[in-house]
Amino acid sequence: MTEKNNALPILELDNLKVKVGGQEILHGIDCEVKQGETYVLFGPNGSGKTSLVMAIMGAPAWKVTSGKIWFKGKDITKVPMSERARRGIGMLFQRPPTVRGVTTRKMVEIASNRRANPEALASRLQVTSLLDRDINHGFSGGEIKRTEILQLLAQQPAFIMFDEPESGVDLENIVLIGQAMNELLGNETDPQQKRSGLIITHTGHILKYVPADRGYVLLDGKIICSGSPMKVLKQIEENGYERCRKCEK
Amino acid sequence: MRKIENELDLRAQEAVNKPPAAGEDIDIDRYGRVVVPEREYLDNPEVLSTGVKQELLKAGIEPSGKDRVGTFIQIDHSVVHASVGQPGIEVTSTVKAREKYSWLDDYWWKAVEVDTDKFTARAHLEQHHGYFLRTMPGVKGIYPLQACLFMAQPDITQNVHNVIIAEENSELHVITGCACAPEVESGLHIGVSEFYVKKGAHLTFTMVHNWAPGMFVRPRTSAIVEEGGVFISNYICMQPVRSIQMYPAAELVGRGATARFTSVLVSTPGSMIDVGSKIVLSAPETKGEVISRAVSTGGKIVVRGLLVGEVPGVRAHLECRGLLLNKRAFIHAIPELVGKAAGADLSHEAAVGKIAQDEIEYLMARGLSEEEATAVIVRGFLNVEIQGLPEALTNEMRRIIELGEQSVL
Repeated sequence: MTEKNNALPILELDNLKVKVGGQEILHGIDCEVKQGETYVLFGPNGSGKTSLVMAIMGAPAWKVTSGKIWFKGKDITKVPMSERARRGIGMLFQRPPTVRGVTTRKMVEIASNRRANPEALASRLQVTSLLDRDINHGFSGGEIKRTEILQLLAQQPAFIMFDEPESGVDLENIVLIGQAMNELLGNETDPQQKRSGLIITHTGHILKYVPADRGYVLLDGKIICSGSPMKVLKQIEENGYERCRKCEK
Repeated sequence: MRKIENELDLRAQEAVNKPPAAGEDIDIDRYGRVVVPEREYLDNPEVLSTGVKQELLKAGIEPSGKDRVGTFIQIDHSVVHASVGQPGIEVTSTVKAREKYSWLDDYWWKAVEVDTDKFTARAHLEQHHGYFLRTMPGVKGIYPLQACLFMAQPDITQNVHNVIIAEENSELHVITGCACAPEVESGLHIGVSEFYVKKGAHLTFTMVHNWAPGMFVRPRTSAIVEEGGVFISNYICMQPVRSIQMYPAAELVGRGATARFTSVLVSTPGSMIDVGSKIVLSAPETKGEVISRAVSTGGKIVVRGLLVGEVPGVRAHLECRGLLLNKRAFIHAIPELVGKAAGADLSHEAAVGKIAQDEIEYLMARGLSEEEATAVIVRGFLNVEIQGLPEALTNEMRRIIELGEQSVL
């Protein structure tokens, strides 16, 4: 752990304030994710979790009004979304849109810049039959998550954000998705090769399958607590987010 | 003169000023005042100029005739080439075919009414050839047959009358390209096409329009499909044109007949495209499908569709999707369903809108710039599923659509 703690942060948020549709959603977020570590962001629905990942990803509707986003030591606050993806930020969408006429295979080609082998990746995630279908069109919850991970395996980002990876997914699929997330994060390979991750969850179920190094709690657009992810989760499970609110200092 | 001619003449004369049911009216007499010289017959269309051949290729016509079972090329008012390489398939001018076959009267102005409007009337009174294509019973075309109607002289009218007959249990794939020379800025093309798909026959008709920004185009098309017959029409119009108006129809008169119309339309600023597809299901167990994809980059598009279910147990679906790419874009979708009997199952879905922002962002999150993401989504939108064509022709359609995408993107 000592060695890990000395690792440089891959992502740093410095007093980040974000508005959507003119309304401030995030009120000054300070946090960091270290190289090779996976953090968990807990928070109830509506606390601003998705806004935080969308702002880090650089989606235009999420406007940074003050503060900075640093990635690999560089200020990316004003860098466009596509460039952030190219620099190594990846994201699993909670509810990705259907894009008619654009196949899953095409998305794999785009994400990998035509370097990945779609068949090989798809067979590992049991989504071969979805390769030539329009992305997300008529997909089940589990299929959506698996094809999201498929695209991330193709993209190979250095830092991956997972927005509610277990939502709308049955138990069997959670196991498969957990395995794929571990593969993506490099949790089963050489510790030196590990990637960094940020997992968004409001139930915490995914932590049964994917280990995390640190947990944050986001409430009403502010990070109010951080600590060992399992301890934080236990608190939330026992006392709910209301207790976190009271704990806020 | 034949017996039918008198009656047709009379009906055409009466309709000579009859305005069209839809689309802009045109003063036909603005065109055709110039003398159009007769052109010489070419044994080998490859001797055509490079400029002309390029326009032909954009319209899906292969001047070398490679991978085609036959070729028909008409330039202005002259048939410059007609050849076929497979027994049992006939390719000639309708003027010649009528001289040869008196029975052709039974097909002449039988699917399309001569007095539909001033354009059909003109096509009868001043006909400039057109193609006659026929497959004998049981004959299957090894390759697609190509037919080209080309306009090389500016400010003229080209009035063609085509007849296509697929005899019983035959199969034919036709690709027809309509284009004009680069120097032609304006003109009028009237094209009457009558299709007869006999019992058990399979006819596909893929039409590519590659006109010019000042061209007026008025096709008048109808197909009659008999028992178990299949008629598939694909239409691609992605290049600038002043005005196109057409509303081709298929009448399914035999049990189990099928018709499918697919249109891919792009309207650039200054273009007016008014295109519909109509299917009349008048026999039991008939099926129909109309699919259109319309993209406006600033031109106007009216996209129509009509399904008429006349007897019980028929099924048809109409799908129209339109994409508005900028503030000047205009698309008017008019899907119509007419059920005349209980048990006719007709449905439609239509959607017109801009590209959803979340779709663009989704692709941007995978590394594409906003422009690249938009291009991928538009391509996907136009990448309509094509069924019933041989693989080579499907690829040809894809190639033409990709070429046309350059005018959008």
